[in-house]
Amino acid sequence: MRLPGGLRVSLSVVTALVLVVIYVPLLLVLLNSFNTSRTFAWPPPDLTTHWWQQAWHSEGARDALWTSVKVACAATLVALVLGTLAAMALRRTRFFGRNVVSLLIILPIALPGIVTGIAFQNGFRTILGIQLSIWTIVIAHATFCIVTVFNNVQARFQRLGGNFEQASMDLGAGPFTTFRLITLPMLRSALLAGGLLSFGLSFDEIVVTTFTASAQDRTLPIWIFQNLFRPNQAPIVNCVAAALVLFSAIPIYLAQRLSGNNAEAMTGAR
Amino acid sequence: MRRTTKVLTALAGAVLLLGLASCGTDSGGDDDKASGTPGAEGFTPPDVPMADSLGDPEGQVSILAWPGYAEDGTTDAAYDWVTPFEEQTGCQADVKYFGTSDEAVQLMKTGEYDVVSASGDATLRLIAGGDVAPVNTDLLKNYADIEDFLKGQPFNSVDDQMYGVPHGWGANLLMYNTEKVSPAPTSWSAVFDDASQYAGKVTAYDSPIYIADAALYLMNTQPDLGIKDPYALDEDQLAAAVDLLKKQKDNVSEYWSDYLKTEQSFLSGDTEIGTTWQVIASLAASEGAPVEAFLPEEGSTGWSDTWMISAEAKHPNCGYAWMDYITSPEAQAAVAEYFGEAPANTKACDLTSDKTFCDTYHAQDADYAAQIHYWTTPIEQCLDGRTDVKCTDYGDWTTAWTEIKG
Amino acid sequence: MSLLSRRPGLRVGLLLTPPMLWLGVAYLGALAALLITALWSQNDFTGNIERAWTLDNFRDLFQIPVYRTIAFRTIGIAVLVTLIDALLAFPIALFMAKVASPRWQRVLVIAVLMPLWASYLVKAYAWRGMLSTGGLVDSIASPFGLGTPGYGLVATTLTLAYLWLPYMILPIYAGLERLPDSLFEASADLGGTSATTLRRVVLPMVFPAFVAGSIFTFSLTMGDYIAVKIVGGTSQLLGNVVYDNQGAANNLPFACAVATVPIVVMLAYLAAVRRTGALDQL
Repeated sequence: MRLPGGLRVSLSVVTALVLVVIYVPLLLVLLNSFNTSRTFAWPPPDLTTHWWQQAWHSEGARDALWTSVKVACAATLVALVLGTLAAMALRRTRFFGRNVVSLLIILPIALPGIVTGIAFQNGFRTILGIQLSIWTIVIAHATFCIVTVFNNVQARFQRLGGNFEQASMDLGAGPFTTFRLITLPMLRSALLAGGLLSFGLSFDEIVVTTFTASAQDRTLPIWIFQNLFRPNQAPIVNCVAAALVLFSAIPIYLAQRLSGNNAEAMTGAR
Repeated sequence: MRRTTKVLTALAGAVLLLGLASCGTDSGGDDDKASGTPGAEGFTPPDVPMADSLGDPEGQVSILAWPGYAEDGTTDAAYDWVTPFEEQTGCQADVKYFGTSDEAVQLMKTGEYDVVSASGDATLRLIAGGDVAPVNTDLLKNYADIEDFLKGQPFNSVDDQMYGVPHGWGANLLMYNTEKVSPAPTSWSAVFDDASQYAGKVTAYDSPIYIADAALYLMNTQPDLGIKDPYALDEDQLAAAVDLLKKQKDNVSEYWSDYLKTEQSFLSGDTEIGTTWQVIASLAASEGAPVEAFLPEEGSTGWSDTWMISAEAKHPNCGYAWMDYITSPEAQAAVAEYFGEAPANTKACDLTSDKTFCDTYHAQDADYAAQIHYWTTPIEQCLDGRTDVKCTDYGDWTTAWTEIKG
Repeated sequence: MSLLSRRPGLRVGLLLTPPMLWLGVAYLGALAALLITALWSQNDFTGNIERAWTLDNFRDLFQIPVYRTIAFRTIGIAVLVTLIDALLAFPIALFMAKVASPRWQRVLVIAVLMPLWASYLVKAYAWRGMLSTGGLVDSIASPFGLGTPGYGLVATTLTLAYLWLPYMILPIYAGLERLPDSLFEASADLGGTSATTLRRVVLPMVFPAFVAGSIFTFSLTMGDYIAVKIVGGTSQLLGNVVYDNQGAANNLPFACAVATVPIVVMLAYLAAVRRTGALDQL
């Protein structure tokens, strides 16, 4: 478009190379899911679909998948509510603690996962004395998912301004009605995009989950972690991972469509 | 306004913390000097009630085990003694493996597991911390058949009260790749002084307790250091062991605590020699790796494991059922052969598929058993009886281990 | 109802209460508890925490040299990973933002985001396989007479750079997309070559986006302990010290003390970059 031809060619080459580097390990994962050797000998001695059949029947994988979905949905729901509230609050007023609030929202994701994990575990077990369970996982996940929703909603508010709401109030609607009929529809795609990102974050999270899950709860990452080195299960793990990557194209595509191709809103916190 | 609220909240949180001090980790062993030498006077375990009768099984049990102790068919369908247990007792078993004794102690503290197979370097810590309950051996019908030299030992009992039921014992072995390592090694020097020929291909156990292995080697090669017990090291002896291990580190590819990771490492050729357990050697060999494991001439460290029941067990009846089941001759034969250790219940010797199994593992040989240096937690009071020096304790070993790994 | 519109402060306060209770009280409270635990000590034998106030943990942390080594090593690797990712991310982000057609842009965004859904563990494990003796890297490098770096710090840096790359690409892409195309034209009109334009016009304007991406690569590396265990061989990073002490070594107070190091580093980093406006681009 605006860039000179030479630069464009070199950029395309580099881009292609980087994409190759990004996808080679994933292709290896896919290849190993067909590898007859249980320990993924390289080069693969032979190919088989045996592992895919086993993965299809694997109860452990299915239970873990379902647990992960439940946790991610619950965490996303909480994050949606809290993130929207925070974005709405920080919208117009430049009040005293505004920067502090922003920092606080970013903090769970800016601090390393192990810190957040230990802090939560310590808080739940030692201080509050409650048992770890699926709800402790949800609470921990929601905490660092708030920022994705917050960023998306805030970006949307910045783009749209406050005129519609003011007009609505001028016409006599109260704040709740305005929210329900005007604000919420405006935010819908931002909420969906933020929600999808938050879902993705929670789905693949391993570090914080390790600390906040009880012995019986197995989200998919925990299941993968436990089975990564087991000779009979490791190939199944590869199948599950490969399937996840392929299926992930769907929610990503959806997120793109919903955020209307706006890179900022779509990338959110990532 | 928000800032003040935060300050107030933080203060309130702190006050709450102090106020909640009564909940959770209130130990009777607050005085760390008292929880000293096993069996010595002054070691008073906290008062944890012992079960005096068994009720109905609760339908569930949570087992914390060394890998290979509670096979349920998922590693290899041919090895499963958990399912028969579930069928016999109606207790659904949820098994979790751990890699080191430290992990076991920490996991038991969560109170989420009913029974644990604890080695000698975990048992006393669990007892002193109030994490396990004394075991009423009258409730276990297989207890009478356990070898006598395993009962009433310093690491599994206090003042003649048993805190668990013995499971089995064995030694750490030296494993090597028969194709890459020749001539066949005979001594631990292959991973210490002579390790540079295998640079980048050596493995060692990732736990501070491994320092005892270095101490054992020094006991044989540098007698002027005066090491009598690899777990009783004063500052100078510990320093010597640390130096040896730092030199070893240059040749180490990976330290292992996940037994399958090290098995794969031998299979892929990233590791060629190092400390392992028999079960790892058997698994690797079954996958086609050309490996051999043996007990070197200096002897070895090892473990003598005890099944213990949690002080906070949610399913105590099923817990006792498991302890009884795993010490029955059939289960003992299965575990001992799979893992590669001597069973505690030698009635199992008639049931092993290899009829010479118990002889190979010296299962009934108390003298042989006494020669293995079982994992024990090092403490300040020297375990070898010296009173003129202070020995280093496990905290010192842990710091030393981090230093060794750099 | 009209109370809320007359008192915007009250409205803001009400809106903020739930998130602030959650983050301010729960999360900050948990962090504060962490700090307090760092000031306690632990019985080496039983592993029970003794609520006796002591600065021993911090003293050990600062005085025993190995922890300093590990901390600096971790920070060093974090910086290296950030730089590698920035170098790799910029061209691809520039291509996506300014060269690719809208259809290709969509495709590329999906292509960059998809690997994020492959489990982090599986990707790290794939690298373990690639770097093993006789693995993929060995096969590719042997015609050149080289070999696999094996497991160690090099492997760790490579794997971490690979894992966090999408987190760097996306903010830079977003930042570049915001740049008006007319900038390039204007610069060319004024006689600048493409290199100069990039160096003196684009990079400074995109710098906040770099910083936003670096917050993630930095913080993710500072706390990582899993990838190191998979491809790191004998190396340990700060995350491993925290994890080992919290778990295996049963020394939660010391683990908390070590954990304050990444907290302090990240807080300092966040404070430093606030001025660049990167925080708005997260």
